[in-house]
Amino acid sequence: MALDEGKDVKGGHDAREYDHQGPFRHVGTRPDRPDGVDKVTGRAHFGADAYAPGMLHAAILRSPHAHARILKIDTSRAEALEGVKAVVTRADFAEGLEGEDWNILENIMAGEKALYDGHAVAAVAATSKFIARDALALIEVEYEILPHVTDVDEAMQPGAPVIREGAAEPGLPEGMHPNVVRYHESGHGDVEAGFAEADLVIQRHFATEATHQGYIEPHACLAQMGPDGRGDLWCTTQGHWNVQKLCASLLGVEASAIRVTASEIGGGFGGKTTVFIEPVAMALARKSGRPVKLVMSREEVFRASGPTSSASMDVRIGMKKDGTMTAAEGTFRLQGGAFPYAPMEFTAMCAFACYDLKHVRQRGFDVMTNRPKQAAYRAPGSPMAAFAVESVVDELCQKLGLDPIEVRLKNAAREGTRASYGPTYPRIGLVETLEAARAHPHYSAPLGPNQGRGIACGFWFNYGGETSVTLALSMDGTVQIAVGTPDIGGSRASMALMAAEELGIPYEDIRVTIADTASLGFNEISHGSRVTYASGLAVIKAARDAKRKLIARAADKWGIDPEAVEWRDGAAWPAGDNAGSFEPLTIREICAEMGATGGPIAGHYEATPEGAGVSFATHIVDAELDPETGKVTILRYTVVQDAGKAVHPSYVEGQFQGGAAQGIGWALNEEYIYGEDGRLQNPGFLDYRIPVASDLPMIDTVIVEVPNPGHPYGVRGVGETSICPPLAAVANAVSNAAGVRLRQLPMRPARILEALEAQTDGEG
Amino acid sequence: MQYLKPASFEEAVAMAGEAHGDVRFLAGGTDLLVRMRMGAVPDVLIDLKHIPGVYDIERTENGGWRIGVAVPGAELTEHAGLRADWPGVVEAVGLIGSTQVQGRATPVGNLANASPAADSVPALIAAGAEVEVLGPGGRRRVAVGDIPAGPGRTRLAQGEVISALYLPPRAAHGGDAYQRFIPRTEMDIAVVGCAVSLSRDGNVITEARVALGAMAPTALMVEEAASALVGTTLGEEALEALSEAASAAGRPIDDKRGTAKFRRHVAGVLARRVALVAYERAGDAK
Ligand SMILES: Cc1cc2nc3c(=O)[nH]c(=O)nc-3n(C[C@H](O)[C@H](O)[C@H](O)COP(=O)(O)OP(=O)(O)OC[C@H]3O[C@@H](n4cnc5c(N)ncnc54)[C@H](O)[C@@H]3O)c2cc1C
Repeated sequence: MALDEGKDVKGGHDAREYDHQGPFRHVGTRPDRPDGVDKVTGRAHFGADAYAPGMLHAAILRSPHAHARILKIDTSRAEALEGVKAVVTRADFAEGLEGEDWNILENIMAGEKALYDGHAVAAVAATSKFIARDALALIEVEYEILPHVTDVDEAMQPGAPVIREGAAEPGLPEGMHPNVVRYHESGHGDVEAGFAEADLVIQRHFATEATHQGYIEPHACLAQMGPDGRGDLWCTTQGHWNVQKLCASLLGVEASAIRVTASEIGGGFGGKTTVFIEPVAMALARKSGRPVKLVMSREEVFRASGPTSSASMDVRIGMKKDGTMTAAEGTFRLQGGAFPYAPMEFTAMCAFACYDLKHVRQRGFDVMTNRPKQAAYRAPGSPMAAFAVESVVDELCQKLGLDPIEVRLKNAAREGTRASYGPTYPRIGLVETLEAARAHPHYSAPLGPNQGRGIACGFWFNYGGETSVTLALSMDGTVQIAVGTPDIGGSRASMALMAAEELGIPYEDIRVTIADTASLGFNEISHGSRVTYASGLAVIKAARDAKRKLIARAADKWGIDPEAVEWRDGAAWPAGDNAGSFEPLTIREICAEMGATGGPIAGHYEATPEGAGVSFATHIVDAELDPETGKVTILRYTVVQDAGKAVHPSYVEGQFQGGAAQGIGWALNEEYIYGEDGRLQNPGFLDYRIPVASDLPMIDTVIVEVPNPGHPYGVRGVGETSICPPLAAVANAVSNAAGVRLRQLPMRPARILEALEAQTDGEG
Repeated sequence: MQYLKPASFEEAVAMAGEAHGDVRFLAGGTDLLVRMRMGAVPDVLIDLKHIPGVYDIERTENGGWRIGVAVPGAELTEHAGLRADWPGVVEAVGLIGSTQVQGRATPVGNLANASPAADSVPALIAAGAEVEVLGPGGRRRVAVGDIPAGPGRTRLAQGEVISALYLPPRAAHGGDAYQRFIPRTEMDIAVVGCAVSLSRDGNVITEARVALGAMAPTALMVEEAASALVGTTLGEEALEALSEAASAAGRPIDDKRGTAKFRRHVAGVLARRVALVAYERAGDAK
């Protein structure tokens, strides 16, 4: 979900779209995904698979310093190198930008200062990759090295190096360091009064490190810009309209000057919702007059794309002996690199969203450091909040001798609960996930020595956003759907299933294409778990629009009112005896004659759906600890999540499993490691440890279906909520196995050993 | 870059002698090609894989083994004779990378790459393995432990190539084992690696060699650890002494992969575990 300031996060209570409760013929089945064959045979084109005649190769020069004033850049020797066709620096981009556009420009090409290790300072396009790389070595940059800071708490201390003077927004508490740029506070009730009612109040400090989405496909694009000022861009992205908007703004051209086509995507998880290299490739293409290809190396991806925020958090919760939570309070400090908009308000707002609390207060601080500009990562901000809150809940349950699921059930948010972040919940499914978890055999399975079980819940808002879909009927009655949301998780299959359901035709008769920016109305990014919800809703509405038109043709032909015609099993039928007696007209028959009966038929839908239903999950995990080495093995994992309605259950399960796998990595071994010099120590998959297949058990899934009132079939987005509980669930499991609480992530072996040692020392 | 395909080791040595700039021998390429992709392209690449015999695994006259320099991990781990004689060496080689990497990666490449954390090297040292080195100065046999000089550096002279790997005959009632510590289950680099090779007379250990990886700039033999075992039946006292000697060995560093303190601790834990496995194996052996 993007940080679109000023946009309301809707709970979905204002929408009443839910009109089809089944039974379903197609929705809920598991056909193969339409893009499957291309992907397993290598025919699918990913970002780096685009080529053009006369294409140049580009490379980017990056700052080796965490913080440095750029005194001088001399590109003359690079420009003189044979084969070099263009060199760009900040001077080749638009001036006078403001707000987030300026931030993004500042991130993709440094201005007066290099703000982090890996920050781009210049770029070259040449006739080969090797020449481009050689040319980088010929660019002379004179730096004045400045003191740097990469830790969120240190960046808030008096005396910390100032990243950018004057970046703070209004509304900050007094006396804040200039690196603190935004503040959020929300909640209701009187927390101190609430804590006074508690039998036990626990307050703890937590910290999480920045992680990377770890998508396997690096950022890649091919840019073209002709002498007429019109250009084309092919790239791997979660949202090509956003790429178009940002490139146009950063290059100082109109949006329509750049047509953007999204390639197949090799993973994004939020990290491909913005631009890093695309405007640079466009600027090089404009300057050289040639197509320019730019592909990031893995090292560049780690150093200069958008990892998550790291966080420092304090959480305090009060509980009665019977498990009733009386009050909760949290402070969440997030650094998002050398730029504003770390998603601290989401951290704050999600923190206590699972609970029905009379007294609750949350604060967030957005802090700048000398790190790359954070980007979204699956439910941005929420997983760390759940880690802190669910750890304290677990500790309270332990100290009071209460069952962790019973306590959560006792306090769970339900329909009508006033959410910790403001709105009143419509129909939601948290209780159902807890009940399903309690009933699952995993929850009562016996544990062996050095093993522990962890439970945690998680919450995500989900999102709607601008959506535009066209559903075109072919002369033979087959269907071609153009959507504007890149398929990041099997969504083409879900779109086809929903259209098949509405039109009553086979799944195989439908082809779903991701249209380019010149072929469809504006579409928001594939983020906020919005695609199956919003593009799905749009497909259903476009199909209904097409159905209306098909019915009109039949009515015309029969000479009766359209109201007297109904659509069933892929054909128009007279609605009843009064309508007259006609043979049904199939979609194929109507389409075969469409040219002569009124012209081509297509269904459309353009809107901004606002009924994305919020989503909850409960995870159960068993971990085993090797107490001699501190190594953790995840033995068993079960995800229980509310999907509203699972359109394609296999891909819903895939989302559940993927979020759990990424969360396990975040909890155990993934982290950005910075040296004293402010340089990233582990920009590669050898030392940035995402879990490999053998690190994980088969992740079990349970799909709960509590319909979302904001979608015709009750669909809720499922892509993000699955990463909210795992940090906490794994930490609870490991803490229970170790007999000591782990409150800092990642729980790498040495850290666990230290905690065990500290505990022994404490006892001894 | 020039790519050369000699038909004999003598020709390889001659090619290396005539070449200018950065000269590299190519075995499986799982270190070299990765480095080339990162920009470190040598001036001359001499591919050893077309020399007759480089894929052979043979019994030597004294009952040991001669292993060709291109034999990949996958071939070694499927070789019944080697598995029976040197299960520790085989399991160490088998830990390198993944199934795909195993199809190419060689133990000699692992050795000549000279990473302090190379998995097969401690096992080869504990086994008493040697390599045959051919160079402008002729042919010599060198103990595996004498090849690495420090991270990325070997004691091979300019133009010298390793032409074969030799494992000694397995002593009666002998067994070896290797384990490493990594935070994940595979595709990772050893934070500490430990190999033990020993022989038994009944329950008593008569000979032992203990080697550690990633505890110093090169893999090292730990004499104190070995002497803690000899003459014992691997009781708690011996294990404790072994563990202490392993923890005290080398001069580990603090880095992104682990602190020196953690490495010392884990070296002690692994030494115990590995000695127990080697002892078991030696007991089962003929
Ligand atoms: C994905 C991946 C995972 C890996 N995992 C591990 C692991 O778990 N443990 C581990 O220890 N290593 C690991 N490695 C590193 C590598 O696979 C090993 O070091 C491997 O044994 C190298 O063997 P090779 O035959 O591929 O060597 P090459 O890459 O061909 O050569 C390596 C070096 O040795 C030199 N060389 C090769 N043969 C000779 C010779 N006959 N004479 C003189 N010099 C020679 C080369 O010039 C080069 O400098 C991994 C590598 C990858 C890519």
